[in-house]
Amino acid sequence: MKCAGINLQEKNMQDTRIRDTSFELGGKSFKSRLIVGTGKYKDFSQTRAAVEESGAEIVTVAVRRVNITDRGKENLLDYLDPKRYQILPNTAGCFTAEEAIRTCRLAREVGVGDLVKLEVIGDRQTLFPDATATIEAARVLVKEGFKVMPYITDDPVACLRLQEIGCVAVMPLAAPIGSGLGIRNPFNLAIIIEQAKVPVIVDAGVGTASDAAEAMELGCDGVLMNTAIAGAKDPIAMARAMKLAVEAGRLAYRAGRIERKLYATASSPLTGLIG
Amino acid sequence: MADSSATTIMLNGDPYAIDGGVRLVALLERLGMRPGRLAVEINREIVPKAGYAETVIKPGDHVEIINFVGGG
Repeated sequence: MKCAGINLQEKNMQDTRIRDTSFELGGKSFKSRLIVGTGKYKDFSQTRAAVEESGAEIVTVAVRRVNITDRGKENLLDYLDPKRYQILPNTAGCFTAEEAIRTCRLAREVGVGDLVKLEVIGDRQTLFPDATATIEAARVLVKEGFKVMPYITDDPVACLRLQEIGCVAVMPLAAPIGSGLGIRNPFNLAIIIEQAKVPVIVDAGVGTASDAAEAMELGCDGVLMNTAIAGAKDPIAMARAMKLAVEAGRLAYRAGRIERKLYATASSPLTGLIG
Repeated sequence: MADSSATTIMLNGDPYAIDGGVRLVALLERLGMRPGRLAVEINREIVPKAGYAETVIKPGDHVEIINFVGGG
């Protein structure tokens, strides 16, 4: 009996180590550290299936004019229940602070909360953010009570400014949106993570599961992606792969990886060799 | 009684014919739209949901109705 008790205690300790702390964002806590987009899917059914398979609790959506002519058109929220998912409206397609602020105000009026993904694009070809306009928009939105999650270049100073303004997270890009190039600058990300007092979420550029794992191993608090899942040959399978990668990367980060060494260290004993 | 002659507004960037004196709630009904899934701006001012019933759409108003679509 005593033995069993000790085993149970050890098991509980191990569970605590393996079980992650929850991910706090804008005063809410989440279990999943994967945030997924809802664009580029074949239809809403596929969107829902991929989101479900990814285990994500936060989903990004875009704000657009309703289709006046096609009245029977289904609504995305009929497939993604706002009571079950934290809806995260984005300001994709905005090129000025004014447009982004207007979009956020409209998004909030739909009634899914005040968490917004702020993106102000500075260049059509690279879709890199306009850091100055992003900071300007963030300042106004934070004052208006929005919980702002800004998409930004992997620039430690820009991330610091956004944090100082009162953004609830900073979301540096790994590579251009939809490029699938993976983590282009792990060293900048490491600096951003070290300085951050708010969650750091890698947003954009992830191509496959190992990229997501790498971001988490670096110490990011979460990963946001859309194309990597929606654009995969089998989006549902990739959604699952990303869920596992984010979990694996996070656990590896918490477990603490070994130091990199130039030479070998034997894994088997050097004594007792048959000789 | 409100003016019932036809008038034109700009709805999501395009001219749109409505009856004069129509309230926003009636326009949304006519379009088959649920208030819980959208937001409305008239002449760049957001109309809170509580105001849909009272808001009268005037000739030449610029009405924007938005909803959420798939995006990253």
